[in-house]
Amino acid sequence: MSRHNGNAPGSPGKKRKGTKLTGAKILFEVLKDEGIGVIFGYPGGAVIDIYDTMPQYDIRHVLTRHEQAAVHAADAYSRTSGKVGVCLVTSGPGATNTVTGIASAYMDSIPLVVFTGQVPSSLIGNDAFQEVDIVGITRPCTKHNYLVKEASRVAETVREAFYLARSGRPGPIVVDLCKDAIAGEADFVLPPPACMKGYTPTYEPHKGQVKKAAQLIAKSKRPVIFGGGGVILSGASEELRTLAEKITAPVTTSLMGLGGFPGTHDLWLGMLGMHGTFRANMAVTECDLLISIGARFDDRVTGRIDSFAPHAKIIHIDIDPTSIQKNIPVNVPIVGDCKITLHQLNAVLDYEDPANVSEKRRPWLDQIRAWKETAPLAYSQCKNIKPQFVVEKIYEMTRGEAIITTEVGQNQMWAAQFYHFDRPNSFVTSGGLGCMGFGLPAAIGAQTACPDRIVVDIAGDGSIQMNIQELATAVENRLPVKVAILNNGYLGMVRQMQELFKDRRYVATDMSHSPDFVKLAEAYGAVGLRATTPEEVEPVIRKALELDVPVIMDFVVEREECVYPMVPAGGAIKDMLLA
Amino acid sequence: MNQEERHTISILVDNEPGVLSRVAGLFSGRGFNIVSLNVAETLESGLSRITLVSYGVAQIQEQINKQLRKLVNVVKVTDFSDSDCVEREMALVKVQSDAAHRAEVLRIADIFRCKVVDVSPNDYTIEVTGNRGKIEALIDLLRPVGSLEIARTGVIAMARSKKGIKK
Repeated sequence: MSRHNGNAPGSPGKKRKGTKLTGAKILFEVLKDEGIGVIFGYPGGAVIDIYDTMPQYDIRHVLTRHEQAAVHAADAYSRTSGKVGVCLVTSGPGATNTVTGIASAYMDSIPLVVFTGQVPSSLIGNDAFQEVDIVGITRPCTKHNYLVKEASRVAETVREAFYLARSGRPGPIVVDLCKDAIAGEADFVLPPPACMKGYTPTYEPHKGQVKKAAQLIAKSKRPVIFGGGGVILSGASEELRTLAEKITAPVTTSLMGLGGFPGTHDLWLGMLGMHGTFRANMAVTECDLLISIGARFDDRVTGRIDSFAPHAKIIHIDIDPTSIQKNIPVNVPIVGDCKITLHQLNAVLDYEDPANVSEKRRPWLDQIRAWKETAPLAYSQCKNIKPQFVVEKIYEMTRGEAIITTEVGQNQMWAAQFYHFDRPNSFVTSGGLGCMGFGLPAAIGAQTACPDRIVVDIAGDGSIQMNIQELATAVENRLPVKVAILNNGYLGMVRQMQELFKDRRYVATDMSHSPDFVKLAEAYGAVGLRATTPEEVEPVIRKALELDVPVIMDFVVEREECVYPMVPAGGAIKDMLLA
Repeated sequence: MNQEERHTISILVDNEPGVLSRVAGLFSGRGFNIVSLNVAETLESGLSRITLVSYGVAQIQEQINKQLRKLVNVVKVTDFSDSDCVEREMALVKVQSDAAHRAEVLRIADIFRCKVVDVSPNDYTIEVTGNRGKIEALIDLLRPVGSLEIARTGVIAMARSKKGIKK
């Protein structure tokens, strides 16, 4: 009678004596079971055993040129593929280099698991070579984290890490693996699905609350729907559209919600908040009902709280109870998953004759149209290239179907304003943390997840230099990302604030000492193109889109252009600066 | 509405390294003040109880409680208002006093039904157990009598049983 070989994955639940495997092998067995196909990483001494084991498994490794880029790439991979992004870095400086990326994923609630190497467990606390307390350092900016000191704990910890990363409100998890845990051996049995006593997220909403929401909707004359990143994370864009069309309510989103509702739809108001559209900010200020779905009322969106939606009753749907009643008091809080809640809400709403609804909404929609005509998103052309023009051209020539990643600052805001996203998982930006250097590695991650889509990083000349070394990663992995640098020779957003609020005292914002980006692209083995006049913009974009290699497009744009509208920090959103 | 109040919170947590750090970090990271904190194992294996007193506005406290519940290692959070729980704290108070006042120290200890657990030519160490009011009162009475050094456990609390039988 042959003895069962415990090394058979896909035989869940049965507790049997497993085979002895190294911690490294156990790690890959669980990764395989979790369906992980790509790891973004950078090796080092502490993780050399993991790298040595990697070729035995069918897993693709993308070697970045900085650990921060590995995390941003995994982040974007997650946003565009719907899977959990995975990173692998070494101990000490490798781990500390990931902190920025982890903090950004935490702020934007992106499911990510970051494996960091650690010194052998006996050396912890000894100030050993390349030792750092990464669990302590990332405690405030991870959803949860783990230190693994023995090989026998690897399987269960990794299983839990993925469960936590993707469930409830998603977030980054750090798993710190001691060298002896990786090299040591333990009996391996595939762990069952994770189940944690202190962690039970609520997906199903309270039926009574959903009914209350439906009642408020029926009575409302000037409703506005406000979607956030939660709509995209939950996959609720269909349900959102159904709701909007059913009750004929105009829709706005936060930066993180862009793409959650089609940007070309009649009911689209544009983005809300500090650099949102005039009509979106006015509509929220004058509405009588605000239906907020998967958003957290961040200060960039609300402006001064006492003048945010002052005449409105507020319905707030979110999976995280801590987001509800945090900044804004609401009338109908609903804790639940956005997709499930919207589905139930749509079912419970009374059927009303569409002609009736249109009549009810006519004055409101007319008012919104008037606001749009008063102050549409506009800019004036001149002999220099206007940055807004570049984004519009990119939108036109990619037919609105590209994945757009951005850096941070003016480039990010113009991308959000002038590229109209019709589908979710197409706009990848560091929203909550606002981390420069995000765009190029994010483009790499997105292109890895979606090899058949065009991926464009809209960047500034300051931001692009923060992770420019990733051009090597793009070229090596044949990822034909396109980088559009809106090159104005300044740290644009800060310069704008210095212009508007500091009497044009430009301190430390002059970036005219930048490299020749075309030559830099060629030095990395990519293609570099430049446009200096408006007529050159279209041919440059066309050429870049035709080439199947990474391309840098250096657009030399008007130096002192400002992003409008702008709500001064701490101001009310209705008091926008328009020019 | 904006009155600062004292809140006693009892938190049941997984007994794992770093949990206390996580809970304390949640307070410090958001600028909340922890007045006292006590943690020990419970009879359920793998679970510990943290009893914590914080001081702040009620709306902020509501946010703290939600943030605590969100922590993966936190199993249950109970926020006691004063009437719903029994609170106790223990303190060791070392009183250094001259010959004239030494008798007074013993009288005060006797009134509060405290034990004297250490004695030397210059000082007494008194052990006192009770609610916050009793401990504060003892300290106030001892202060004029001599110089004090104090070690306190911080409050522990247990919910009161429901009064009567619900029909």
